[in-house]
Amino acid sequence: MNELIKMKINGMDVHFPKGKTILEVCRDAGIYIPTLCHDERLKPYGGCRLCLVEIKGRPVPLASCTTPGEAGMEIATESPKLTRLRKTVLELLLSNHPNDCMCCEASGDCSLQEMAYLYGASLDRFQGEQWTLPIREDNPFITFEPNKCIVCGRCTRICNEVVMAGTIDLVNRGFNAIPETAFSKPRSLENCEFCGQCVSTCPTGALTDKKGRGKGRIGDVRKVKTTCSYCGTGCNFYLNVKNGKVVRVTSDLTAPVNKGNLCIKGRYGYDFIHSPERLKTPLIREGEGYREASWDEALTLVASKFNALIKEHGADKVGGFSSSRCSNEENYLLSKWVRCAVGSNNVDNCARV
Amino acid sequence: MPDMDTLFLFGSNPTEGHPIVSLHLKKALANGAKLVVADPRKTWMARRADVWLNLKPGSNIALLNGIIRVILDNGWENAEFISKRTEGLEKLRAKVQEYDLERVEALTGVDRDKIIEAARLYAQAEKSMIVYGLGVTEHQTGTENAMAIANLALVCGHIGRPATGIMALRGQNNVQGASDLGPLPATLPGYQSVTDPQCREKFKKAWGVAIKDKPGLKSVEMLDECTKGNFKGIFILGEDPAQTDPDLVHVRKALESVDFLVVLDIFPTETTKYADVILPGASFAEKDGTFTNGERRVQRIRKAIEPVAGMAEWEVISRISTLMGYPMTYSHPSEIMDEIASLVPIYGGISYDRIEQKGIQWPCPTKDHPGTTTLYTDLFSRPGGLAQFMALDHQGSAEVPDETYPLVLITGRIREHYNNGSMTRRCAGIAEVVPEELVEISSEDAGSLGIAHMDWVKVSSRRGEVQVRAKVTDRSQAGSVFMTFHHQNALTNVLTSEHRDPITGTPEYKACAVRVEKVS
Ligand code: SF4
Ligand code: SF4
Ligand code: SF4
Ligand code: FES
Repeated sequence: MNELIKMKINGMDVHFPKGKTILEVCRDAGIYIPTLCHDERLKPYGGCRLCLVEIKGRPVPLASCTTPGEAGMEIATESPKLTRLRKTVLELLLSNHPNDCMCCEASGDCSLQEMAYLYGASLDRFQGEQWTLPIREDNPFITFEPNKCIVCGRCTRICNEVVMAGTIDLVNRGFNAIPETAFSKPRSLENCEFCGQCVSTCPTGALTDKKGRGKGRIGDVRKVKTTCSYCGTGCNFYLNVKNGKVVRVTSDLTAPVNKGNLCIKGRYGYDFIHSPERLKTPLIREGEGYREASWDEALTLVASKFNALIKEHGADKVGGFSSSRCSNEENYLLSKWVRCAVGSNNVDNCARV
Repeated sequence: MPDMDTLFLFGSNPTEGHPIVSLHLKKALANGAKLVVADPRKTWMARRADVWLNLKPGSNIALLNGIIRVILDNGWENAEFISKRTEGLEKLRAKVQEYDLERVEALTGVDRDKIIEAARLYAQAEKSMIVYGLGVTEHQTGTENAMAIANLALVCGHIGRPATGIMALRGQNNVQGASDLGPLPATLPGYQSVTDPQCREKFKKAWGVAIKDKPGLKSVEMLDECTKGNFKGIFILGEDPAQTDPDLVHVRKALESVDFLVVLDIFPTETTKYADVILPGASFAEKDGTFTNGERRVQRIRKAIEPVAGMAEWEVISRISTLMGYPMTYSHPSEIMDEIASLVPIYGGISYDRIEQKGIQWPCPTKDHPGTTTLYTDLFSRPGGLAQFMALDHQGSAEVPDETYPLVLITGRIREHYNNGSMTRRCAGIAEVVPEELVEISSEDAGSLGIAHMDWVKVSSRRGEVQVRAKVTDRSQAGSVFMTFHHQNALTNVLTSEHRDPITGTPEYKACAVRVEKVS
């Protein structure tokens, strides 16, 4: 299976293992091919026709995402003909697309916008009928702007192929095809996992994260790669930060464990960070209640109280519980603190689950 | 993982507990793998299983013994593997002779045909894999349950090859790292025993303090001593035993009795109510550090925003320690990791610059070691290098249903919430889709108790009671009910029992006896 074969791409020799598509070979070799309906997490689909390439000896350009690479192929990924074809595809899509980039949540993170720019597609080459469907906000996490949908089927495929939730499917045919839930029911826990995989794969602004809307687009945020703090799977993602606030979580498609996929907690479980109920200052018990204290006062009290207890009752009467929610470094330090500053071995994970 | 032929899911509900792991499993199923599920509840996976072994809670060992018996009786075992890589089969063979299908049927409640079919699907496939979860470990016989699973894998030789083996799914995000790095009473960081003079010497040199040679107290034992007035001071770092531990009445008494309790957390919790000093914590977005996931991959968390309360935990511990007379002077968590690497051989090659892009799986002993990806290649680390079969007996749960408490309560997680819920309940949307605790009850039990969907009910056990609404669902089978422990207004763990696995200390969250009544 790992036998290497060779083909020529844009005049350059490229070696690759058998079984890869032309698109995969090009991406591995760092050669750009525009795509709209492709996502590494999904089976090749061949719907958008943007990834066309010319293959020597073949009469018409072929979709690189569905065509397997073969030994000896000679491929061109750019040519005047391909540019013309791609531009036409894009202009047809734009003929039924609202001209809304300035207010669109996905601006800067939209493949359609990026490619229209790249190929200089004009907005009004084709005049046609336009959708005027209402925006759907009938669930707490996902906003659907159907007029921005290019019917690439990525959302429906990820929901069925990867999540296997079967929440949405393409309904209707032709011009009226659209991703939709069964019986147009609002998404609820009965029919949806709220994993947001559909949002993560949508190449346009049709599906966006409701909670982050208006809080900062991709160009305005700092993306910080991190690891999920919920379960032990260890999914990676990006915290999107603007003005000291986490405004959204976005996928890291290179993550070794989750490849950009997340569950409801990883993708939508971040706003506790800025909850007004967070403890913001140390509290010291006083009578029946608590009073706020400075860090200095609280930590001095803690240290002197522990020291006094150790002196009076011995180190064996003092200990610490650590948390599997804390970092490795913090767990190590707690262990070291109990062993060195307290002087006992009384340190344990709280619940062993 | 995706190219296995049979997947055997044992006491694990990955679509709820480990949704992303479940995506890998779903892919395997889409590629045609057969699925056997052993679970008392009709989970997403159980619904799609080729065989659903709907066992009674607490009957894991009986079921596994029955399956092994079927395999041996039919000659489906992997004789070559057994003779080359294992020892002690005869003891196991003799033991499982006591588990004929009639008896197993009675103990587990599972039809014999299903047991035979499960045995066939698992044993006769080329590559079979077992994934097990807390439904195996959260029993008083948790350790034995896991051994019984190892027996099954060994009998069939489904181990040590790609797409075979045993994978355990655990609960919390950094439970692996927290065990690795030493907050355990008997081991120093990196599973280095406090009773081993060489280990003590090594840490004494690095830390400048002599290590006591006697293991300390486990958390349960500390709490027990507290209730007797024998324990004086506890520092709880980011845990909520007053909600998530079993047998809460006892836990609360302990927390009330201790002289001085310091609790660090990001939110007020059930546990902070008992604290003398509450210290505010920093969330994972507010500090640098690492987590180690279930496949031992050490990965970075990164500071995206300033700590809301001004300080991260590593700074708080350092300052307390310094004030107590043992100075800790780290200027960044990466220095702590460097110190870990110098003392913990399995983390020896880990440093922040190496894991900047992608995490590394331990064991990673040196800076040029790539880490270790295959699990269980070392399963045979016993002297002599042979895996040992264990002859095990069915013991059941510590608390079984009776006339007063006729139902078994299984506790667990749902996908939308996390542990004590203090984080997820404060997330817009999540609170909306799962606003409250519900007790899941079968339509049979609901019918005979006169309970309708969403009625208020009282659930009581020998230790306490809670009021919740009922969700009538076929996910529960007659005889057992299910609750999570994510909600502060319905403290499920008031009900759960004090029984634990004596070897690991893991509580028996998966079975206690309760009564459910309608309240008007
Ligand atoms: S959130 Fe997940 S389950 Fe729901 S429609 Fe999107 S992909 Fe499907
Ligand atoms: S909603 Fe997005 S992903 Fe789904 S079909 Fe439309 S454009 Fe494609
Ligand atoms: S995103 Fe979900 S599955 Fe992944 S680590 Fe977080 S909680 Fe676990
Ligand atoms: S990416 Fe190939 S057809 Fe859409």
